[in-house]
Amino acid sequence: MQSVQFSAKFEFLDEIREFVGEIARAGGFGDKDVYNIQLASDEAASNIIEHAYEGVSDGLLEISCGMRGDAITIILVDHGESFDPSEIPLPDLKADLSDRKIGGLGIFLMRKLMDEVHYETRPNKNNILTMIKRKR
Amino acid sequence: MEITTQEFKHCDLITIKGRVDSATAPQLAQALESANENGKYKLVVDIQALEYMSSAGFRALLATQRNCKKYNRGEIVLANVPDRIREALELAGFTELFKTFDDTLAAVGHF
Repeated sequence: MQSVQFSAKFEFLDEIREFVGEIARAGGFGDKDVYNIQLASDEAASNIIEHAYEGVSDGLLEISCGMRGDAITIILVDHGESFDPSEIPLPDLKADLSDRKIGGLGIFLMRKLMDEVHYETRPNKNNILTMIKRKR
Repeated sequence: MEITTQEFKHCDLITIKGRVDSATAPQLAQALESANENGKYKLVVDIQALEYMSSAGFRALLATQRNCKKYNRGEIVLANVPDRIREALELAGFTELFKTFDDTLAAVGHF
């Protein structure tokens, strides 16, 4: 596992995608999977920056990433407000344009693009989001 | 991310290049809103040279599609959607909300 600590700001999303993308590529994932792993990681990080660290300017986001066998594991740790992605209602994808909800889309994509998404909150604001994707 | 706007007789062509994520989506939202503010509601968004778009970009498109379609005054259509982005749009159920065209002229000609 490699770990990098990022300042919890949107401007670092490029670097976050590069970090997980390189490990996925080196681990043998194809272009399509690499893109989707980067997208899921971006959505996860964006949610943390936007919601867990809402109103916080000096938040930190630690991302660990590595291959285990034929699967990539990405772990995002933050110390902001805890929120469990599984409690956020899924968007209604059949809703008309006017009824379409703007939120929840990132979490929906994370779940669709990755094989596993787990969320854990430990005492003292230690939130751990783990995502796993296996090679097909 | 780079955005250019070209005015046609019946629509505006907005070309987006680079990457749209939470950092750059506000810039896209602003470009789309300013088209609307100028009374332009028939928009072709060409994303052939777009490498990446997260849900932050989808939300910007959705908000503007709502505004464009109000009173039947127009709509956003997408041109030259790259495969990776198309797959994510499909997963999100967005392909039903936007007509897509395989070439720019056909998209412009739609209006």
